[in-house]
Amino acid sequence: MTSHGFREITFSINGKEKKLHIDVRKSLLEVLREQLGLTSVKQGCAVGECGACSVLVDDVLIDSCIFLAVWAHGKKVRTVEGEAKNRKLSKVQQAYVDEGAVQCGFCTPGFIMATTSFVEKHKGEKKTREEIRKDHAGNLCRCTGYQNILKAVEKCINSDLVK
Amino acid sequence: MAVGKLVNRVDAVAKVTGRAEYTDDFYRPDMLVAKYFRSSIAHGRVKEINVEKARKLPGVEAIFTYEQVPRIKFATAGHPFSMDPDHKDVADRLLLTRNIRFMGDEIAIVVAEDEIVANKALKLIEVSYEEYKPLIHPDDILKQGAREIHQGSSNIVGEHRYECGGKVDDALKGADYVIKGEYVTPMVQHCHIENHISFAYMDDLDRIVIVSSTQIPHIARRIVGEALDIPLSRVRVIKPFMGGGFGNKQDVVLEPMVAFLTLKLDGRAVQINLSREECMTGTRTRHPFHVQVKTGFLKDGTMVARKMDVLSVTGGYASHGHSVAAAGGSKSSFLYPRMAIEYHARTIYANIPVAGAMRAYGSPQVIYALECATEDAARFIGMDPIEFRLKNIVRQGDVAQVTGKEILSCGLSQCLLKGKELIHWDRKKKEYEKYKTGPVRRGLGVACFSYASGTYPVCVEVAGVRLVLNQDGTVHVQVGATEIGQGSDTVVAQMVAETLGFPFENVRVVQAQDTDVSPFDTGAYASRQAYVVSNAVFRAATSLREKILDYACLMTGEKHGKFDIVEENIVSADSGKFVLTMKELAVDSFYHKERGGQLTSEVSHKTTTNAPVFGCTFVDVLVDIPLCKVKINKIVNVHDSGVILNPVQAGGQVHGGVSMGIGAALSEELLIDPETGYIFNNNLLDYKVPTFIDLPEINHEFVETFEPTSGYGNKSLGEPPVITPPPAIRNAVLDATGVSINTLPMSPHKLFALFKKNGLMDPKGKADV
Ligand code: FES
Ligand code: FES
Repeated sequence: MTSHGFREITFSINGKEKKLHIDVRKSLLEVLREQLGLTSVKQGCAVGECGACSVLVDDVLIDSCIFLAVWAHGKKVRTVEGEAKNRKLSKVQQAYVDEGAVQCGFCTPGFIMATTSFVEKHKGEKKTREEIRKDHAGNLCRCTGYQNILKAVEKCINSDLVK
Repeated sequence: MAVGKLVNRVDAVAKVTGRAEYTDDFYRPDMLVAKYFRSSIAHGRVKEINVEKARKLPGVEAIFTYEQVPRIKFATAGHPFSMDPDHKDVADRLLLTRNIRFMGDEIAIVVAEDEIVANKALKLIEVSYEEYKPLIHPDDILKQGAREIHQGSSNIVGEHRYECGGKVDDALKGADYVIKGEYVTPMVQHCHIENHISFAYMDDLDRIVIVSSTQIPHIARRIVGEALDIPLSRVRVIKPFMGGGFGNKQDVVLEPMVAFLTLKLDGRAVQINLSREECMTGTRTRHPFHVQVKTGFLKDGTMVARKMDVLSVTGGYASHGHSVAAAGGSKSSFLYPRMAIEYHARTIYANIPVAGAMRAYGSPQVIYALECATEDAARFIGMDPIEFRLKNIVRQGDVAQVTGKEILSCGLSQCLLKGKELIHWDRKKKEYEKYKTGPVRRGLGVACFSYASGTYPVCVEVAGVRLVLNQDGTVHVQVGATEIGQGSDTVVAQMVAETLGFPFENVRVVQAQDTDVSPFDTGAYASRQAYVVSNAVFRAATSLREKILDYACLMTGEKHGKFDIVEENIVSADSGKFVLTMKELAVDSFYHKERGGQLTSEVSHKTTTNAPVFGCTFVDVLVDIPLCKVKINKIVNVHDSGVILNPVQAGGQVHGGVSMGIGAALSEELLIDPETGYIFNNNLLDYKVPTFIDLPEINHEFVETFEPTSGYGNKSLGEPPVITPPPAIRNAVLDATGVSINTLPMSPHKLFALFKKNGLMDPKGKADV
């Protein structure tokens, strides 16, 4: 299906099947933003340093700026646009709002995907603050000092424990 | 009542859903992309440039070099226009330059259909330089006969001196002891996660629309007009959501260029989106300071004199220039107001990246020196550093020496006492006595600061707000104050709700600033917004409240003074009984055929006061001698910022500032090659911004005072938390090890050298344990 550096890929994006004709040189970040208008996926460095572009591919957290769009073929991609449903925020989103974990908000979509993958992966487990810190260390935030983000993540983990 | 309440940010949901639109989110498929061609040397002149090969590359729309830009020099600092000709920013920039003043200077610009083509084209540009030796060290820059980085400048951007509280030399003579110290702070960078980005297009033949991630839309509009010599009314600047600024976007970095490009390209949309690497060395940084301090004090711990000599390095262009050293000198002077102070500062050019505004604007550098020196004085006479400070610090009712104004609110002593308690000072002091030798040492440190709530009387302080009662009884608010992530829209909504008596949810702050629409305000800087805007909001909301109550009288035929607003209703002032809903009133005002009209209120207000703020950092550290690492066990910031408008957001400001301060203390520094001016770490991998695992728990506390010059008793808070962590940590490391580390950051390689020098390790680097 290759023609002049273009290729057709099929993948699931936020639960919907999508077929796209893409430039093989483009990153997943570029394709999500430019071709699908999924602008929650932010670019802070374009080389895998900041995590602002974090999305889930088959439920694994990746930096979409250094993930070629062609690699998403046949996979399941999730961005923050798919997390709020029926005018209701996801548990993670709500915790970020309630704990004051959002300031400028530029790192927020990436962080929310990081936390989402973390709480899904560790559902029902107890997690220490150190484990939370380590797991989120690939996402940079310059505004919050991570304090309220930590609280938001703890809140999500704990609410799972109660259930 | 909404002020002081725990309310969520008004923009939190937009941000967690990813629906908040930042500059890069207004993508248009037809938009062109522009990329700078930057110098690969730090000091020199372009002999020849050839762009023909690049121009022929398919997809390249245009290339401009220094030869094709207007010969108009302009100043980029985001200051309000000054009517005083002696108080102008230095106009030393052209849109593109032939004279190279730092590595990465902008020589040409490529406009192409996309970034891939633009980057390819950059590689095809051929350039040859006449090279000069880069001037990087102050001694070389100021040497007689050194090449002038800007012609006619003698490499000096500005210089000033002030003396207050008596004659310093006399006071020094009268002191029991005089100690001297030299303190150096490096170049650090803001590292907001959203890089600089702007785009521009024309919406007719004359008008330029610029969408930009800027802290200062109204100022940017003026400077674009100046740089391109077009009337300001032909420029419209829109600031959508912003991914942080920290001062780096209080500077006009990209706007004049995108405006120039769209003008040249028949109004096509052109975007510049800087890469992280460009943003780190091609925008602005924090000025490195070299500070010498002389402190005179008495045997009982009373400080009587302080002499400071500051050298501030602004890099290749002035940008905010000498204002930074000037502000650092005046805002820190409130801290110890009962002694003679002399402050002398000079700002110089250098062939290194340009320094501009950065969170707390000169104060982190000056206070670092000042609080290291204060610590050294306390230790010299063996006095407890808290006692020593309590003896000398500012109290309510003191007169600020530089301004001659009385300090109307000050809770600094309470801050120190609170911090002392929270860090368990007395207990730990004792406990840590046994940790002063061996491989693991422990210590406590403290430092305090003063800062201001704006820029008056140096600059005008004007804020504008417009309130409109909607048909459904809610209110819309437009403010010129710029939301950049710090939460100003939320506190404005709280203030409006407070004064109107409306539920917080019924107040909607319009979220973008647009110079065509937003009331005039100079923008987000100097932690001014909540303070300056409070005076405008209070007046506007009071007036709208009056109008609403008058209208209720008109509707009901009752006399003035009969009604009150409670939540969504008009009620009787006496009995509290329901009269009518706000919605009924609003509908009547809009649609009654004979009476009323839209109820609005608009105020533009100049604040002619500037309330000092205060606070301190306490820190408990562990120093691992063999590893040369400082670990923070506990850190506490205590602030007097007047009335706290929103406790969670205020806490967030402190967390962010402290984390930036910890970065500056321990790991952050742009590493400059002293020979070539090359920056070794222009990226987020090699430049060490603290990550989640690098930071300890950050504790904060507020000592609430009431500031009478502010609409709601509040004072500044945005920048101050960044100021004192570095000196507090330095003082704690000194407490733990006996070693004074007088340059930042206190990174392992620096500690290694100093520990060796001071005998904590043997010459081979083995810990002497
Ligand atoms: S933009 Fe992908 S990691 Fe920074
Ligand atoms: S909220 Fe601004 S970078 Fe995280």
